[in-house]
Amino acid sequence: MSDNQNSAGGVPTTGHVWDDDLGDLVNQPPRWWMLGLTASAVWVVVYWLMYPSIPFATSGDFFKGIGLPATGQWTAIKELAEDQAVLDAVRKPYEDKLKDMTPAAILADSELSEYVTRSGKVLFSDNCAGCHGQNGVGSEQKGEKFAVREQGLMAPVLLDDDWLFGGKVDDIHTSIVGGRQGMMMAHKDMVSDAELDTLANAVAAGNPASTPLFAEKGCTACHGADGKGVAAMGSANLTDKIWRFDGSLEGIKHTIRFGVNSGDPMARVAVMPNFTTAGKLSEVDMKKLAVYVYKFGGGQAEAVAPVAEVAAVSAVAEAAPAPEAK
Amino acid sequence: MSEPVNKTEVGSVTGLYSEHVEWSTNLGDATIHAKRMPGRFRTLKYITESFWLIFFFGAYLRWNGKQAILLDVNNRQFHIFNLTILPQDIWMVSLLLLLLAMALFAITSVASRVFCGFFCFQTAWVDLFTWIEEKIEGNPNKRHKLDAAPWNGDKIGKKVLKHVIWLAISIFTGISFTIWFVDAFQYWRDFLSFNLSMLEWVTLISFTMGTYFLAGFLREQTCLWLCPYARIQAVMADSQTILPAYDVSRGEPRGKLRHAGKVVEQQGDCIDCFQCVQVCPTGVDIRDGQQLGCITCGLCLDACDSVMDKIGRPRGLIRYASLDELEGRPVKKLYQHPRTWVYVTILLLALAGIIYGLNHLGSLTLRVAPERQPLFVRMSDGSIQNKYTFKVLNKTDHNLQVNVKADGGIKGQQLVGIEKPKLVTHGRATSFTIFVKAPEENILKEVTKIVFRVENTEDPTMAAEYTTMFNAPKR
Repeated sequence: MSDNQNSAGGVPTTGHVWDDDLGDLVNQPPRWWMLGLTASAVWVVVYWLMYPSIPFATSGDFFKGIGLPATGQWTAIKELAEDQAVLDAVRKPYEDKLKDMTPAAILADSELSEYVTRSGKVLFSDNCAGCHGQNGVGSEQKGEKFAVREQGLMAPVLLDDDWLFGGKVDDIHTSIVGGRQGMMMAHKDMVSDAELDTLANAVAAGNPASTPLFAEKGCTACHGADGKGVAAMGSANLTDKIWRFDGSLEGIKHTIRFGVNSGDPMARVAVMPNFTTAGKLSEVDMKKLAVYVYKFGGGQAEAVAPVAEVAAVSAVAEAAPAPEAK
Repeated sequence: MSEPVNKTEVGSVTGLYSEHVEWSTNLGDATIHAKRMPGRFRTLKYITESFWLIFFFGAYLRWNGKQAILLDVNNRQFHIFNLTILPQDIWMVSLLLLLLAMALFAITSVASRVFCGFFCFQTAWVDLFTWIEEKIEGNPNKRHKLDAAPWNGDKIGKKVLKHVIWLAISIFTGISFTIWFVDAFQYWRDFLSFNLSMLEWVTLISFTMGTYFLAGFLREQTCLWLCPYARIQAVMADSQTILPAYDVSRGEPRGKLRHAGKVVEQQGDCIDCFQCVQVCPTGVDIRDGQQLGCITCGLCLDACDSVMDKIGRPRGLIRYASLDELEGRPVKKLYQHPRTWVYVTILLLALAGIIYGLNHLGSLTLRVAPERQPLFVRMSDGSIQNKYTFKVLNKTDHNLQVNVKADGGIKGQQLVGIEKPKLVTHGRATSFTIFVKAPEENILKEVTKIVFRVENTEDPTMAAEYTTMFNAPKR
């Protein structure tokens, strides 16, 4: 205040002097300010009593605060539950509907299938991405870090249109609910090296039926006469561009020699856990996941659209990209 | 230091002391009761202030069964007659603000604070409040006396009546503000049945108290100490700007009129009657020159003209004049004022932007997000598939069916999921997924441009496009 013309008005100073003539008056702070300060001090005490404020616990017990008359004692977990209740209330109408619906019906309902996609993303990341990769991109196991039998994908890519056990939404649902286990016997005692070479080359070329060995060695029993696989058995389509395991010539030979889940120590392992017995997922969760995985882009439509009257069926539900062998 | 210094007056230095009393600062300790005089600018002011009737009654206008202008902040959409403006179009609001600012600048550079004097809500509401005060308590003389009088029945009665009317106007102001943001008629129903939401109550009460306090009590102090525009506008005026000004060369030396209406010889036209100060709503003396307190409302021009008529002198002792004119410099034409042209140019650019925006609002907006993890998927037949999440915003007031099309991309590509038209719900974004599957042998580049288009099934001209990329493995 350069132009402060007020004299000290008889108020004494603290006695300290700076720069020849600067002193501090000992005025009281304004009344409103003092009241505010006092009220703050009182509030500190009240606040301290209301909440669990003493950071020491004796024999597992601690001061929990007296709380508010309306809500009782405050705990962090209670606050979390309240916040979750708000979310749950928003989700309830959808969740209630989902309970009685089949995955196919959910898929046919554009609004519900969109809703399921949102929560499906979280469920997938928590439960599936460990093997199938984030967003179902698969997790490639390559190089020296992995044993020969581990080379290739740890679990199938879920984005493409090649399905071992069927790509209809109900098939996917069944896979999640009951788990899956591929089965291919070891052929190391049944085929000579030359035969193995011929077979592996035919498979690598995408035309296993070109060699009579394919039928002679019993491959057709599981993979079908044309080598396109049988979904009921979970046998792979050997004519397409998708490889469940290592697709190199050596990799193919390894698979033929030692099989899949055959009990041989060198066999490839391919197990999808049973999520019902695992107990981590509710029935609705598994339905959500089936629809979510279906909508990755490879899902196969039912022969007849399940709910034809819904005007805007989800984009994927309409999509019927039947796998075409080249 | 202690040596006495002889100071001698050279010229009329002692005259400086007299200036001190002339300059006083209005701190609001005395209420200004301005006199109301009829005249050209008084009439003009009534006309311009009645612009605010739109504020009071405009919200009740209906259009196609809905409120014509509804700034529906709750639902994030503005309705202006047939237009619906969604948050995506809000960039136009910045242009609107620019336009209004430039309009203010341009007008101020030409004719000074026209907004303050004739349109400002503070000016208008104070004018209304003091008009009511005059009707109840009488002219300024009576008001001064009433203020000084002891509290008796008459004074209490008048004051209570005045404040009740002021409060009623303030409440109506608060209501009128709020109903631009909610349905006007529904608001009145809620208000009369005390069912307003908390936010509506808070808005109403703050606007009521704000109006009552600012227009009833703070008055010209708002212009002097609170309003930033009073200060900003001063820098837009220059010597070419016309503003209400006192013609010093004609008026000085001022002096009181002598007996029998005779003007003493050698005396200027100003008879020092203080009428210009009496009528001033901010209580300034225009004869001191241009100053912060002057809101250029022109009321002193009316007052002075009426006095000039009475003493038989030409009107215009106080008149709209530029500094150049008063000081005898050549007066330039309006078009020779480059500053104004700069303002007008920016104003027109902003206006052009708004017009462009309003004409390109479109009924549909499309955003397409390509899937990022993974960028592409190899299908069993070896083809490459990309996934796209579509978000279609339907800005019409009804649901639409749209078809999806694609331009560019890969030869022989196949759009999966477009077989049936999509339903897009009005008023919000609808999302769906589309796959594009292309034979690998036709893919020439790692990244290929693709243009998606959604069109209304009934009217293909109602469409929106979005350009994005088709991703493939490294070539």
